[in-house]
Amino acid sequence: MIGLEHYLILAALLFSIGLYGALVKRNAVIILMCIEIMLNAVNIMLIAFSRFVVPAMLTGQVFAIFVIVVAAAEAAVGLAIIIAIYRNRQLIDISKINLMKW
Amino acid sequence: MMPYQLFWGIFLLPLLSFVIIALFIRPFVKPESKVAGYITIAAILTSFALSVWGLITVLAAPGHEVAVPAISWAVIGDLRINVGIMVDALTVVMLVVVTGVSSMVQIYSQGYMQGDPGYHRYYAAMSLFTMSMLGLVLANNILFMFVFWELVGLCSYLLIGFWFHKPSAANAAKKAFLVTRLGDFGFLAGLLALYRAAGTFDISQLHAMAIAGTLGGAALTWAAIGLFAGAAGKSAQFPLHVWLPDAMEGPTPVSALIHAATMVAAGVFLVARMFPLFVGSPEALTTVATVGAITAIFAASMGLVMHDIKRVVAYSTISQLGYMMLGLGAAGIVVAHEGHVTLEVAKAATAIGMFHLFNHAFFKALLFLGAGSVNHATGTFDMRLMGGLRKVMPWTYTTFLLAALSLAGIWPLAGFWSKDEILLTALEARPALFVLAIITVFMTAFYIFRALFLTFSGEYRGGAVPEHGSTAHASHGAGHDAHGPAKPHESSKVMVVPLVLLAIPAVVSGFWNVTGGFSAFFGHGETRGFIEGLFEPLTHPLPWGALALALLGIFLAYAMYSKKWVSAEKIGSRFKPFYTLFYHKYWMDELYEGVIVKKTLVNGFFALLQKIDSKGVDGAVNGIARGAIAGGRSLRRAQTGQLQLYGLFIGIGILAIVIFVFMIG
Repeated sequence: MIGLEHYLILAALLFSIGLYGALVKRNAVIILMCIEIMLNAVNIMLIAFSRFVVPAMLTGQVFAIFVIVVAAAEAAVGLAIIIAIYRNRQLIDISKINLMKW
Repeated sequence: MMPYQLFWGIFLLPLLSFVIIALFIRPFVKPESKVAGYITIAAILTSFALSVWGLITVLAAPGHEVAVPAISWAVIGDLRINVGIMVDALTVVMLVVVTGVSSMVQIYSQGYMQGDPGYHRYYAAMSLFTMSMLGLVLANNILFMFVFWELVGLCSYLLIGFWFHKPSAANAAKKAFLVTRLGDFGFLAGLLALYRAAGTFDISQLHAMAIAGTLGGAALTWAAIGLFAGAAGKSAQFPLHVWLPDAMEGPTPVSALIHAATMVAAGVFLVARMFPLFVGSPEALTTVATVGAITAIFAASMGLVMHDIKRVVAYSTISQLGYMMLGLGAAGIVVAHEGHVTLEVAKAATAIGMFHLFNHAFFKALLFLGAGSVNHATGTFDMRLMGGLRKVMPWTYTTFLLAALSLAGIWPLAGFWSKDEILLTALEARPALFVLAIITVFMTAFYIFRALFLTFSGEYRGGAVPEHGSTAHASHGAGHDAHGPAKPHESSKVMVVPLVLLAIPAVVSGFWNVTGGFSAFFGHGETRGFIEGLFEPLTHPLPWGALALALLGIFLAYAMYSKKWVSAEKIGSRFKPFYTLFYHKYWMDELYEGVIVKKTLVNGFFALLQKIDSKGVDGAVNGIARGAIAGGRSLRRAQTGQLQLYGLFIGIGILAIVIFVFMIG
C-alpha cells in the first residue's frame, strides 16, 4: 500500500535534486529546469497532503494549479531573459555573466 | 540753545547723504554729474552749522554738558544696550573739527576729483566716513564707539584703495587695514576686560567707577593698555605707524581728511574720552607718554629725508600725533602726581592733548590740501621735480607757508600755543621725554621748511617725467589730463577757496587758549585777558628755547634748500649712516614684512600649523576613510553576486534552523 510517506519522500527527493541542480549548475537553462523540478515537488506534496489529510476538499489541487500557472509564467520570463542574454553574449554560463560584480 | 534732538542730526545727515548717493545716485546718474558732491557738501555743511551751534550751546551750558536721553536698543538678559549720545566739551570740539575740516575737504574734492570715473563712489565713501567719525565722537557707549571705530577703519580701507587698479594702492589699503586691526584687537580685548570688571559699556559709568576706585588695579591697567593699543593702531603710533605713510596712495583730499585731521586723531580722542581710566593707572599713563614721545621723534627723523611731499607731511602727522599722546600722558602723570583725582580734574587734563589735536587738524589738513594742489599743477608728488612754484601758485604758497609756520610752532600761530603747553607739561612730568620732544621741535621746523623750499623756491625742475608722469597722472582721474605737467598753474577756485578758509583757523585756532578759554571749557583753569595771554609765554625761557630751535630749523632748511649755502648732498654723505637709516625708515617695513611676517609667521609658525593640519588633522581624517575603504574592499569579496552561492547559504541556513528546531522540540 502506498501511503502519505512515500509521496513525501518522492517530493523531498525531487526537491533536493532540483535544489542541488539550481545551486551548482552553470547552464542557465538547466537551472531553470531545476527550479521547475522544485516547483513540481511542491505540487506533489500539496496534492498528497490534500488527498490524505482533507480528502473532502480540493484546496491542495487548486493551489497546485495556481503553482503550475505561476511556473509557466516564470519559465516564459526566465527563458526570455536567457535568450536575450544569449543574443548579446553568445553564452548562457551564469558564472561568466558577472559584469555588475565588484 | 540748541534742542538736543539736533545733535542726532549732526550724525544722521551724512548718513542720509551716503544712503542717497549709494542707493540712488550711483546706480542711476551718469558719473560726470556733480550732484553727489553737492549732496555731500550740503549735508556736511548743515552738520557743520549744527556743530557750531552745538558748541555754542555747550559753552553756555552749566558744567559744559548737555544731557541727551538714550534710546534702548537691545536687552539680552542682564545686558542692556542703550543707544545714546554724549555731549560734553570733548565731543563738541571734535564735532567742530570733523565737520569743519570735512566740509572744506569735500568742497576741495569737487575740483580735485572732477572727472574721475569713481566720483560717486568717492563721495559715498566720504559721507560714510564722516558719518562713522561723527558716530564715534558722539557715542556714549564704548561698544558703539568700537562699532564706529571699525567703520572708520573700513572707510579708510575703501578710500586708500580708491584707485584699486593700482597695485600699490590696493596693497597700501590692505596694509592699513591689517595693521590697524592689530591695534583693534587690543581695543576689543580692553573693552571685554572692562565689561568683565565693571559690567557696563556706558562711558559715564566707567568714568565714575574709575574715579571712585571700584575699577582699578591690574584689571584697569590692562584694559587701559588694551584701549591704548587700539588708539596706537588708529593714530599710527610706534610701532604700528607703518601703515600711515603708505596710506598716502589714496586721493589727497582723503589723506587730508582721514589721515591727517580726523580718523588718525580718533586714537587720541579715544584716550581722551577714556582718560579717567588712564588716570587711575600710572603704568598706562607712562606707556601713553613714552610711546607718544618716541613716536614724535621717530617719525620726524624719517620725515627729514623723504622725497615725496605727501610722505613728509604724513610722517609729520605721525610725529604730531605722538605729541598729542605725549600731551595726554604727561598731563595725566602730573594730575595723578598731585593726588586726589576727581572726574573734573581728569577730564580737564585732556585739554592739552586735545588742544593740539584741534589746532593740528586745521593746519595739517591745509598742508595736505596744499600738497594736493601742487600735485594737481605738476602731476607728481616728488619734490625733486618741483621747485619755483611760489610765483605761479601764490595762493597755495601763502597758505602752505602759514600752515608750515603753524606746524613749526612759530609765535603767535596756532601750533605754537598747543606745542608750548605740551612741552611744558612734559618737562614737569618726565624730563627725559621732554628732551625727545624738544629735539622734535627742531626736526619739525626743518623737514616742513625743507619741503616748502624744495617745492616753492628756486627754479621749476620740470614736473612729472613724461613716461613716469603719464602713469602718475592718469592714476588720479581723467579730469587732470587737461592740465599739462609742463606748465604749472594755480589750481581752480573750488580748490583755492577751501585752502584760504582753512588757513584762517590754522592761524587763529590757537587763540582760543591764549585766554585760557579752551582749558576752562574742559573744566579747569582760570581765564585771563587776551593781550596779557598773548605775550605771557614770552616771559618764560622755555617758549624762547623752542622758538629758537624752530627758527634754527627753518634757517637750516633755508640755507640748504633755498640758498644752497650748504650742500644737502654733502650733509647727507657726512651723516651717511643716519641718512641711510632714516631713508629706509629704520627698515621697519622690511622687519615686519621680511622677518616677522615672512620668516617667523609664514615660513615658521604658519608652515608648522600647515604641517600639523595636513599631516595630523587631515592625516587622521584621511586615515579613517582609508581604513574604511580597505575594510570594505576585503569584505565585499564575500558578496560574490553569484545567486547560487546565496541560495546555497540560504539552504544551509534553513537546514540549520530546521535541525535546531527539531533538536529543541
